[in-house]
Amino acid sequence: MTGFAVSTDALYLLAAACFVLGLHLMNSPASARRGNQLSAAGMTVAILTTIAVLARDHVITAAAATVLGIGLAIGAVAGLVTARRIKMTAMPQLVSLFNAVGGGAAALIALGDAISHAGSGGLAGLPVRTTLTTFLDVLIGGITFSGSLVAAGKLAGRIPGRPLAFRGGRAVNLLLALIAVACGITYTAGHGGLPILGVLAAAALALGILMTLPIGGADMPVVISLLNACTGTAVAMAGFVINSTPLIIAGALVGAAGGILTKLMADAMNRSLVSILAGGFGTGDEHTDALPAASGGGTVREVTVDDAALQLAYAAKVVIVPGYGLAAAQAQHELVELAQALTDHGVDVSYGIHPVAGRMPGHMNVLLAEANAPYQQMKDLDEINPAFANADVVLVVGANDVTNPAARRPGNAVSGMPILDVDKARSIIVIKRSLGHGYAGIDNELYTNPKTQMLFSDAKAALAALHTALGAYVH
Amino acid sequence: MTTALFTDITIFVLSLLVGFEVITKVPATLHTPLMSGSNAIHGVVVIGVMILAATASSPVGYAVVLVAAIFAAMNVTGGYVVTDRMLEMFRSHPAPARSGPAGAGGAAAPRAKAGSR
Repeated sequence: MTGFAVSTDALYLLAAACFVLGLHLMNSPASARRGNQLSAAGMTVAILTTIAVLARDHVITAAAATVLGIGLAIGAVAGLVTARRIKMTAMPQLVSLFNAVGGGAAALIALGDAISHAGSGGLAGLPVRTTLTTFLDVLIGGITFSGSLVAAGKLAGRIPGRPLAFRGGRAVNLLLALIAVACGITYTAGHGGLPILGVLAAAALALGILMTLPIGGADMPVVISLLNACTGTAVAMAGFVINSTPLIIAGALVGAAGGILTKLMADAMNRSLVSILAGGFGTGDEHTDALPAASGGGTVREVTVDDAALQLAYAAKVVIVPGYGLAAAQAQHELVELAQALTDHGVDVSYGIHPVAGRMPGHMNVLLAEANAPYQQMKDLDEINPAFANADVVLVVGANDVTNPAARRPGNAVSGMPILDVDKARSIIVIKRSLGHGYAGIDNELYTNPKTQMLFSDAKAALAALHTALGAYVH
Repeated sequence: MTTALFTDITIFVLSLLVGFEVITKVPATLHTPLMSGSNAIHGVVVIGVMILAATASSPVGYAVVLVAAIFAAMNVTGGYVVTDRMLEMFRSHPAPARSGPAGAGGAAAPRAKAGSR
């Protein structure tokens, strides 16, 4: 090992350490930004080291260097512009898009590597280590690329969020998977060469599209977590193909992150990964809000804006439960302004945020942070549930199934789902447009609870009206 | 199975375990920045593209390098910039421009400093 090789390996190790420490610093909002910057610094070190390796060894042709430079410049500008312009509500589709291009790049590395080998002496002599990881990289990377693009399209509303399934879809998926695996095994065994790799790539792309289309919009938090894990794995496989340790380490770290989030989200939605991937469940975005569901038993109490404002003003402790409806109505600014007015008035305000409140893990927290809510007021499920018993008023905005007490009983669509114990509070105000069903499609028993008062209105309008009405009680 | 391959598999498995250990400690509040930040980390694929470029010599090879370079550069720059934008918004107390008395902030600021390392 030469001195140059030792120093480049040491720099790659430094970069990998920065990635791990960067992720570690994300354990608190106070240090998270520094963590991301440390991770970016590690990335810069890794890129500069690679440039030094290429420049010193004179291995890269002038044409390849030009193509590389142009490609990097275009990509960097595109990434920079979208990252700066994107709205926080559109974050899930952007993360999905970056996921897609990362997976696509990883798959292209394996393809490009095979093309280079085919050009210089053929693929026959390649060890199984390379052919096997090439197979896995093209398969996983291909599925992630097309799957993430479809997911991004669904999240952006360009593709309908409802499950898009056709008869025999599962049989087609199974056939595609078998074709992909057969091609992969053939290639791994040293046969077929580039054509069979091409068929594998096409099958993987088709599989990614067909697997994501039938998944409902509301399952998206799980799906983008899973696709994130897949991209990480694809990048690690690319690292095996071209013998690059930083790719293996970073890919494994991302794979672990995606895996953990996938499990957390699936648990929080009370759905198994298998049933989500089977698809076809739920309507996704379009809740049946227009239908006034006849509630089985009990009566529903309504409340006026003035009365609700009065209760909030005279409460000592208020918990706000924001749900997907708040994000859909883009009412986070109105909500935080109301909460801030209450805080200034001396009311103890906190937000109880269910893991699947937004469209991706932690999305609601980002929306509230954008609207200037302090992060100390944001509490997760385990933190907030014991606090409901001491809350004078709970204000539920746009959340439905995650507050349904029926989840504590067996035998219904939400049984066993972790819920926010909203019904333990002294009084509950629910802002909602109608008594329509949520994702699970069942009545919410919270609405007929004697302690519950319904404020039937659009979230944005109701929160603004509450803030105005509050002015009469606080000075 | 060669020693080099086994070393790589060891690195992969240990990195997975380190990832699980570090990431389970990230609070739910930060799950979106975590996902977008880990997204940026898999932008390390950009150095793979650079290594690939060194082996390319045919027009098809160049085309693959071009597309892969665009994808990877977009992933790595966009990922870090958007994560930074998001994390910048996480404040311990409301920004002074809009809020009233920053009572809670006074207590939180020293803790933020102590928590840095």
